[in-house]
Amino acid sequence: MNAQFEAGPEGFLRRYEGLNNRLPGIRQPWVVALREQAANAFRSKGFPSRKLEAWRYTDLALLAQTGFGEALTPVDEDFALPEATAPQRVVFLDGRFRADLSDGLARSLGANLSAAEGLLGSVARVDDLPLAALNTMLFEDGALIDLPAGADGGAIELLSIIQSGDRPVTVHPRHVIRLGAGARLVLIERALGRGEGRYLHNPVVEIVLEEGAHLTHARIQQEGPGGIFLSTVFANAAAGATYDSFLLHVGAKLSRSEAHVSLNGPKAMAHLNGAQLLADGQHGDCTTFLDHAAPDCASRQTVKTVLAGRSRGVFQGKIHVHQVAQRTDGYQMNQALLLSDQAEIDSKPQLEIYADDVKCSHGATVGELDENQLFYLRARGIPQATARSMLIEAFLQEAVDSVEDETVRAALGTAVAGWWETIA
Amino acid sequence: MLKIEGLTAEIDGKQILKGIDLEVPQGEIHAVMGPNGSGKSTLSYVLAGREGYEVTGGTATFNGHDLLAMEPEERATTGLFLAFQYPVELPGVGNANFLRTALNAIRRGKGEPELDAMQFLKLARARMKELSMPEDMLKRGVNVGFSGGEKKRNEVLQMALLRPGLAILDETDSGLDIDALKIVADGVNAMRGPEFSSLVITHYQRLLNYIVPDRVHVLMNGRIVQSGGPELAKSLEETGYTAVQAA
Repeated sequence: MNAQFEAGPEGFLRRYEGLNNRLPGIRQPWVVALREQAANAFRSKGFPSRKLEAWRYTDLALLAQTGFGEALTPVDEDFALPEATAPQRVVFLDGRFRADLSDGLARSLGANLSAAEGLLGSVARVDDLPLAALNTMLFEDGALIDLPAGADGGAIELLSIIQSGDRPVTVHPRHVIRLGAGARLVLIERALGRGEGRYLHNPVVEIVLEEGAHLTHARIQQEGPGGIFLSTVFANAAAGATYDSFLLHVGAKLSRSEAHVSLNGPKAMAHLNGAQLLADGQHGDCTTFLDHAAPDCASRQTVKTVLAGRSRGVFQGKIHVHQVAQRTDGYQMNQALLLSDQAEIDSKPQLEIYADDVKCSHGATVGELDENQLFYLRARGIPQATARSMLIEAFLQEAVDSVEDETVRAALGTAVAGWWETIA
Repeated sequence: MLKIEGLTAEIDGKQILKGIDLEVPQGEIHAVMGPNGSGKSTLSYVLAGREGYEVTGGTATFNGHDLLAMEPEERATTGLFLAFQYPVELPGVGNANFLRTALNAIRRGKGEPELDAMQFLKLARARMKELSMPEDMLKRGVNVGFSGGEKKRNEVLQMALLRPGLAILDETDSGLDIDALKIVADGVNAMRGPEFSSLVITHYQRLLNYIVPDRVHVLMNGRIVQSGGPELAKSLEETGYTAVQAA
């Protein structure tokens, strides 16, 4: 178990073969079938290459060149946790569920696989998504939250901490969330890194929102400086349901968050907002696929990226309005603030509209800090560094303002606080 | 006291200020009048330290401090204040946060203790009342969605809070109706005293009916061509700048 695996997809496949009889669900044919399907997909595709349209701007060479081993934190290690951002909390340490540190509605998926039958794998796609396939092949644990119709689940923090050192490690958590009709939940998914070493965090979140359900989903990526964060969210919203999400990338060497959201019933709603704060040497990629597959749905998306030093940011936002999706109301905006001449942003909005009665607008801007604004602040005695911080914060404010839930806003505020000082 | 000697400056290689000599003794208010393109705004920006203006000669000191050697924020903490002709909008920066950050920066510079949020609000509300400003202007983004008059009042509010030793008013009267003009003038007049001097830069004499200057200087083609008492402003109004040029 302590072995270092060879680099490339082969290393992961070999590990799957080696772990096969110890992975959760080995006695449950439906789980085995999911894993086999995923392994076949991963075997045939390997890591996504930049030749693929969806991967043009994000290079996984770093991932492909690294041989990863398995995370080995003892399950009973004493651990000082950061302050919780929500009243309930479920904690994963190196991907392992820590019952002793968790409370609230969320359960361990690994220990409750039977309860997820019919749900796990029902939203995620693996055939054309190698990273989701990799996760499905190798997942060991994750959170299971299944709220009955009408329930109010309150607010839960899903905290994942990965410790890294000299030996690259990898963790593939699988989180499964279902909200019954009319149920509500605030979920703050937070990824933290401890240590400076290389690791891969490859979570997949599957979300089913039944009629009128309402999920507020914050994803806060604060990985360590050596982290590779490759996450995929799949969310299906039924009639009248709302998927209100906010993605924040602050940490990691390389991060990409993909969201595949489908509005499947009339009057469903999605918010796919986000912000990326990228310092020298970081790469951040926010990629979303939004399907308007029913009439009278609305979607809102504002994504802001701040880039310092030699950082690189990517925004890809595809909105697919199916022919049946009449009276779709869509809005997409992405904006980048370049703080350095060496930073680069690639922005690709993509609208495919097959219905004729729709309202869809989108826009993109790339700019630098405004010299007039800087001078105005400095002319009032405000030091240049503070003035810059104020303007960067103001740039992000609009995105954060779109978050209605107070708990989430506070969590986001904590995560971004002081970032501007670190890049000055 | 503000002392400018032989000040020359250019933008993009084009000389705009061609040797300005000007003294504003402590406690006095001086007006600088001039037609469009005479260098009025350049003079105020050069004094405040805006980038893009190259000083090619001369000196400018305030109470003995070499203004031209300082960063804009250092000039501000030394006591210089520029009321902008076109106040800048700062979307996403709350007015209250902006005002408090500026005030505390100035107070730090003076070696005074910083104000906490409560102390600041109390002070700001009092000053706003004097300027007939609605309190919700504190909650809005700096100058965002403000009318022209509101922006200028916001400039005067900043001046009233920061209490500069020298205020440069760059065409503060432009775009103001008569009521707003009076409020702005009252704000400046309230600052008058032995510790306050001001350079009122304007195209028109109108503002000087409300802020009566101790001296009036006429700026034309990058030079001060005439100086006199407040009556000079009135005669300019009657004869126009072309008459001065001819003289």
